[in-house]
Amino acid sequence: MRPFPVEKIRADFPILKEKIRNKPLVYLDNAASCQKPQQVIDSIVHCYSHEYANVHRGVHTLSIRATDRYEGAREKIQQFINAQSTKEIIFTRGATEAINLVAQTFGKANIKAGDEILITAMEHHSNIVPWQMLCEETGAVLKVAPINLQGELIFDEFEKLISDKTKLVSVVHMSNALGTINPVKDIIAAAKAKNIPVMLDGAQAIPHLAVDVQDLDCDFYVFSGHKLYAPSGIGVLYGKQALLAAMPPYQGGGDMIRKVTFEETEYNDLPYKFEAGTPNIADAIGLGAAIDYLNEIGMDNIAAYEAELLDYATEKALQIEGLRIIGIAAEKGAILSFVLDKIHPHDIGTMLDSLGIAVRAGHHCAMPVMDFFEVPATARASFAMYNTKEEIDVLVAGIEDLIKIFG
Amino acid sequence: MFDDLRDLYQEVIFDHNRNPRNFYVMEDADRKVEGFNPLCGDRLTLFVKMDGDKIIDASFQGSGCAISTASVSLMTDIVKGLTEVEANKLFIQFHEMTTGKEDDIDLEAIGKLAVLAGVREYPARVKCATLAWHTLDAALKNEQEAISTE
Repeated sequence: MRPFPVEKIRADFPILKEKIRNKPLVYLDNAASCQKPQQVIDSIVHCYSHEYANVHRGVHTLSIRATDRYEGAREKIQQFINAQSTKEIIFTRGATEAINLVAQTFGKANIKAGDEILITAMEHHSNIVPWQMLCEETGAVLKVAPINLQGELIFDEFEKLISDKTKLVSVVHMSNALGTINPVKDIIAAAKAKNIPVMLDGAQAIPHLAVDVQDLDCDFYVFSGHKLYAPSGIGVLYGKQALLAAMPPYQGGGDMIRKVTFEETEYNDLPYKFEAGTPNIADAIGLGAAIDYLNEIGMDNIAAYEAELLDYATEKALQIEGLRIIGIAAEKGAILSFVLDKIHPHDIGTMLDSLGIAVRAGHHCAMPVMDFFEVPATARASFAMYNTKEEIDVLVAGIEDLIKIFG
Repeated sequence: MFDDLRDLYQEVIFDHNRNPRNFYVMEDADRKVEGFNPLCGDRLTLFVKMDGDKIIDASFQGSGCAISTASVSLMTDIVKGLTEVEANKLFIQFHEMTTGKEDDIDLEAIGKLAVLAGVREYPARVKCATLAWHTLDAALKNEQEAISTE
């Protein structure tokens, strides 16, 4: 196997040359947001410099160019996740908006008082709160499948919670707080056996795994661009065409209509029905550029390299006395969440920052997960394809030193 | 190593973090208020015993980072014997010191609390230092929060 071209990749990310507090940046907060390669940055600059105008509107050359590039990005996404059609790719602001879209359209149309929505105990707040809001509006009930101390879904319990009342299963593909990769194929099979649609929150999984929505057979898949080396403010809702076609629109406005009179409005075809107003054109194009970049490296190569990083980091971390890893699932992505004896994660975060190391310290928008593990917060090092074992050595040395200074 | 942090993590802070003062449940407290910083998960319960408008005792429980633990530990020490007005004045001075609005802090008035001045260079950590004082402010202001000890 060819060695993973990490040095070549690093050279593409200008921010990795930054000095933080006079030290080389060690960026290990990728689960919060990833850095951007020059190719993505250039695509935005190129868009605004040479091919920017509103899309789907003008007959003039620039508008046609912008529309081609914007729709071209949609095609790249369709191929990247192997959707059947570009009609199934809806641009949103991010995974959060995509989940809210499904809650407010599919949810309101199909979920009634007494119905149930099934999630897991490892969800990000963005896959909890939209359902709580929907339940409050409709009188539906939110059911939560439990996890074990390794941070894995207890599948038997999950299966038991599927009932005739379940109208939607919405689970995270990979946990942002624990790194756990859920057995999504089994989850989908269990739900399909009872004809229940399944949504996967892929915000965390998408930069780490090759995702094939047809192979998964999920009904909805959501993700954000900013965790996929693309700009913030752009994300994707994938939905099976038949489901999307039957759903009422999300927001009203321009572009999502075919014909408007004061008496009635005829909605546009998919995917435009769900894209009211001028979309985030440049960032969608940036997402397309990020996908081109990733395709060149290959998602399977990225997954293999990151697995190596995680194994290395885990092995090193376990040698640190007083360190406890939160989330030790057998199936895990490149996230190392940990706590230290008697040292609060916020102190860890500030101290590592003084060494140029960026980690997240906090509840990771997953407060129920923190409650389950009885910790107020964790420190989290999350890896991307541009991280190296040398950086993990810097992290480990930093942790060892801060333990000494705390005494 | 960590030289840049010497202003933030002074030895006094480590000391209070290791051995927090007044760290117990006060059974006969007149006021008991929960302080919570949802951003970092810091939680503390502040107990205050009053004699008229005078704070005669203060203690706390909870878990937090070194900055927040040291801050509440120092605060429970320093407010003993102060009137509500005096404690409030100190809160304002402390707040100005930590948010950096006041360049020339009255070091004499702020006393031992000056060890926390370093947080002004760390915007993400200011709330860790001020949580204790906001909780005390709530305890002093909000009579409904007072608990009965019978």
